[in-house]
Amino acid sequence: MSPIFYLLAALTLAGGLATVLLKHLVHAALAVTVAFAGLALLFLQLDAQFAGFAQILVYIGAVAILIVFAILLTHGADLPKEGVFSKTWLVGLIIAAGVFAVLGWAVLESVSAIPQQNTMPAVTVRDIGNALLDRYVLPLEIVALLLTAATIGAVIVAMHEKERPK
Amino acid sequence: MTSMTMGLATPLAGYLLVAALLFAIGLAGALVRRNAILVLIGIELMLNAANLNLIAFWRFGPHPEALTGMMFAIFSIAVAAAEAAVGLGLVISIYRHTNTAELDNIDRMKG
Repeated sequence: MSPIFYLLAALTLAGGLATVLLKHLVHAALAVTVAFAGLALLFLQLDAQFAGFAQILVYIGAVAILIVFAILLTHGADLPKEGVFSKTWLVGLIIAAGVFAVLGWAVLESVSAIPQQNTMPAVTVRDIGNALLDRYVLPLEIVALLLTAATIGAVIVAMHEKERPK
Repeated sequence: MTSMTMGLATPLAGYLLVAALLFAIGLAGALVRRNAILVLIGIELMLNAANLNLIAFWRFGPHPEALTGMMFAIFSIAVAAAEAAVGLGLVISIYRHTNTAELDNIDRMKG
């Protein structure tokens, strides 16, 4: 394991932890952006350049902005009087710890059984483009339709609703 | 402890453990926070952890030239973007309706 991996993993996990723990929603949005950036760098470290740059474009470029706008529109910057954690936070924490325990146990128990090769895959963006328009053309079209429908749906859902007769 | 050091000797295990920890952090965020936007952010973190798993399996799997894991991750990123747009739109709509984004206070189904 290279030290760069440990550095990037620490950055990503610190961003994730800060997101969950920080009280101010705007600070949490900034922290989640750090976590997204760490993940993009981890993708690059895994020789997945296309996925890494797509992650930067989609998550840091779009989702983070969307989150900040949602905070703005819901007055999320004001701290609530009752605190930021739910009444049943202990149960949630126990569930999350249990899930991590099971996942970590499964990974450590089974990873030696998975065949793995360590040569760098010779895959270029051209190969990805060819695969997208050849073998994966149907999922690509479906995703295009899904994105269109989701965008229209989001606009309709968030549109100002007219005063209803009571 | 021995299995820990043995497991981390392979790079795949390191990435899978980071993804598992990030998934748990996202799950904790979705379960313990009161604000609906933070719950959505937690869900995004969980989706990202799954993407990291897919890319790691693609990189260390036997046939990276088949691009399967990579394609899965790319489509997953696209679907997650659509989900974020619709989810945040719903949060804004609920805020307009009930004047709060705190999930503990949204406790009735009647409009």
